[in-house]
Amino acid sequence: MEEFLSIFIKSAFVENLVLSYFLGMCSYLAVSKTVKTASGLGLAVIFVLGITVPINWLINRYLLSENGILGMDLTFLRFILFIAVIASMVQLVEMVVEKVSPALYNSLGIFLPLITVNCAILGASLFMISREYNFSESVAFGLGGGFGWFLAIVAMAAIREKLKYSDIPAPLRGLGIAFIITGLMGMAFMGMMGIDPAIFFSGK
Amino acid sequence: MSEIKESKKALFPMTKKERKLLFDPLNDNNPVTVQVLGICSALAVTSMLLPSIVMAIAVTFVIAFSNLAISMMRKYIPKQVRMIVQLVIIAFLVTIVELTLKAYSYPVYKQLSVFIGLIITNCIVMGRLEAFAMANPPWQSFLDGIGNGLGYGIILIIISFFRELFGRGTLMSGTPIEMKIIGSSSDFWIDTTTNSWFGWYTNNNLMVLPAAALFLLGMIIWYQRSKNTKLVDIS
Repeated sequence: MEEFLSIFIKSAFVENLVLSYFLGMCSYLAVSKTVKTASGLGLAVIFVLGITVPINWLINRYLLSENGILGMDLTFLRFILFIAVIASMVQLVEMVVEKVSPALYNSLGIFLPLITVNCAILGASLFMISREYNFSESVAFGLGGGFGWFLAIVAMAAIREKLKYSDIPAPLRGLGIAFIITGLMGMAFMGMMGIDPAIFFSGK
Repeated sequence: MSEIKESKKALFPMTKKERKLLFDPLNDNNPVTVQVLGICSALAVTSMLLPSIVMAIAVTFVIAFSNLAISMMRKYIPKQVRMIVQLVIIAFLVTIVELTLKAYSYPVYKQLSVFIGLIITNCIVMGRLEAFAMANPPWQSFLDGIGNGLGYGIILIIISFFRELFGRGTLMSGTPIEMKIIGSSSDFWIDTTTNSWFGWYTNNNLMVLPAAALFLLGMIIWYQRSKNTKLVDIS
């Protein structure tokens, strides 16, 4: 349990998918204009990540690895299988959202199917492989990563709502300032890793 | 649409349209700064020049050939399953790139780690397939792919140039032509211990952190939009 919690916190805050690895930027920048749609997309991402990471763990362990069911090293099929799992999960989420909340479905528009190509989702599965998590750790990592993405996009949307009233040079408005704010937020999140001041000023 | 079809006959001497397809993505329709596609990898791999050049070549290859393939098949793909078809083709091309890199340039492969795999979900590839290749003939789609790959590459190279220069004081480290440019040491390109040019410079490690890429990208957008006012606030 302790392990579970520590991985959850670590993947949500310290190794935040958006603000530390800059994954899933496209939809992060495009959907973060109002808090309402941002939180809707954030919840969808939590759901998709929380399910696909463990499923991909099972596929990788029991289907693709050498000591799995097939007894062959099929890791070169990893990308195609992972993407297929993600695409079908997203299709499922899309149907659920359409039934439960048509208003949210309309406001998310094209970005709901585009969760499929949100790099955070595939990135989390690949990180799960490269960090060699076990099953329960991969569940925690999926949920924590999704939660971190949700927090980041809601925070960004809240800032951008306020930003409408500030006096920004015209060429910087919109996209430019969004990048700079994301950079500042990234640096703030980096503080959770514990910055060694020596890294900044060592001049190696 | 009709203009594009007219240029279909003249294949080799490039028509004006084709030149536009190839060079428009470099500035006016840049995939990163204008279409806001493919940001993730533009930020993550740019701490040094070498990996970002490799990444730019890999992405150009994948976009160009997936555009070509999808454009050839565009009349036979049913609308409902097009996403899966596109993803399978992209994943196939990315697997080729990954295995090639792993075989011939292992250190770079290690450095790029998951980001080679993430070309699959690079929105540029998907975005160009949906927006261009599904509606245009193969040769033009191929050119559009090359153009967008170059537009992406040029941003990557600008960002990584500044990040490597100010973050490490070197350029092209990891290759035979590695150059040390600024900072104080005798094995630099210009001997900065006897000659005080830039000898005072100490590396700014902020530039190595990914956040610096965001600031640089913000500034590139600022510069581009102040030169090219018709791009202002379209996002």
